Amino acid sequence: MLARIRRFFAERSVLEVETPLLSHSIGTDPQLEFFTTEYLSLPLRQTLFLQTSPEFAMKRLLAAGSGSIYQIGKAFRNGESGRFHNPEFTMLEWYRVNFTLPQLMDEISDLIGELFSGHSLQETQRVSYQDIFYSLTGLDPLVFCYQDYCAFARACQLPEAVDICGHDHAMWLDFIFSHKVQPHLGGNTLCMVYGYPACQSSLARVNEQFPLTTDRVELFINGIELGNGYYELSDAEEQDRRFNKELAIRHQQQLPVSVKDNRLISALESGLPECSGVAIGLDRLLMLLTNSASIEDVLSFSIHRA
Amino acid sequence: MAIYSTNEFKAGLKVMLDNDPCAIIENEFVKPGKGQAFNRVKIRNLKTGRVIERTFKSGESLEGADVVDVEMQYLYNDGQFRHFMVPDTFEQYQCDEKIVGDAGKWLKDQDSCTVTLWNDSPLAISPANFVELTIVETDPGVRGDTSGGGGKPATLDTGAVVRVPLFVQQGEVIKVDTRTGEYVSRVKE
Repeated sequence: MLARIRRFFAERSVLEVETPLLSHSIGTDPQLEFFTTEYLSLPLRQTLFLQTSPEFAMKRLLAAGSGSIYQIGKAFRNGESGRFHNPEFTMLEWYRVNFTLPQLMDEISDLIGELFSGHSLQETQRVSYQDIFYSLTGLDPLVFCYQDYCAFARACQLPEAVDICGHDHAMWLDFIFSHKVQPHLGGNTLCMVYGYPACQSSLARVNEQFPLTTDRVELFINGIELGNGYYELSDAEEQDRRFNKELAIRHQQQLPVSVKDNRLISALESGLPECSGVAIGLDRLLMLLTNSASIEDVLSFSIHRA
Repeated sequence: MAIYSTNEFKAGLKVMLDNDPCAIIENEFVKPGKGQAFNRVKIRNLKTGRVIERTFKSGESLEGADVVDVEMQYLYNDGQFRHFMVPDTFEQYQCDEKIVGDAGKWLKDQDSCTVTLWNDSPLAISPANFVELTIVETDPGVRGDTSGGGGKPATLDTGAVVRVPLFVQQGEVIKVDTRTGEYVSRVKE
């Protein structure tokens, strides 16, 4: 699989890069828990973070003029362990300069098609978040109607959603999407869901035509979430605002303190080229390629045995 | 009692949910890459036996339930209660038919079985997987029949009715799988 991926990008002249796993700063997303470690640069002790994705470092390379790049490497997310999660996992992330999101989606489809050749995967589906959400639940994901959402949850025997989600629109979307939408996505095919609600993306651009949505795409095969892509936000001020907002949420929820990446902000200030990027979980991809039921089956040693 | 968080939910863990003791059957971690983490948990209510699915926000917790399985000897039925005894301590427990439920038809005096105790009172009874019981009534078999045939109903000394092969006779002792209620073999005395 890795060899095929590298050949795919070599043929397209995308440069392979390697960025640090240890960093002085980390993503601010309140939904992502990170690992910290202590760097002894005596007499100083400095807290460093294990990256949750190579995104920031790769964007700094893009801003420095690297051109299109890809990376295959480890990413770390604390507390995530389950049939589809391991706190340390392998990620493929790539950025295409001057690609719009639809162009990147074409390339994703090509790559998946090549990796799954011989698996008789059906033709790639593309659906908007709003359409697929509405067709499977009858609810509008862009406009939050508390009563309708509650009624839907009760009708689906998921009354606990009302207590869990309260009046938090983003949490409702996560709940309903994970329980009632995602399992139906991409039966024996790659399904790309685009046009995510604006409350669901921190690093994507807001769509110019439909400001309630962002230029974000998620990939699914057989109901398994494989990856996530954006038409990248290049506005440093907007990025800084979103970081600060998330830091405030983290503070409010008493989550571990993260350190925002000012080097990324300065890189964006100096100019990130127009680009689109996507990250794909390679362990899950391997699960699908080998029909494995659990991520443990495709790891040498999962966290419980590491 | 201990408090268990969603990431400690393992199959077999006993917890309190809606004031009833429950056993976790399955716990699936559900998390969108950029979103809230949930745990989708399959739980058996130990009082009713019903299995339900419930979603928790990851990090939520439940109180543990003081539920233990104890190996006991079935003593007798006094008409109202069934009586059980812990062989090591001679401690006795009684429980009514509602709790004994289906297990009752496999319980023979002196046989051992598993009693599930919640806060030290019986919650459920599970018979041994295999029990040996005597046939008290069945149609006479026809000579020449083999085990390949269709079988016939036989009433056992505990009142249970199972299908047995045609050659098995009244008065014989047979081995039965209590999980399926099926005849396994004859037992040579």
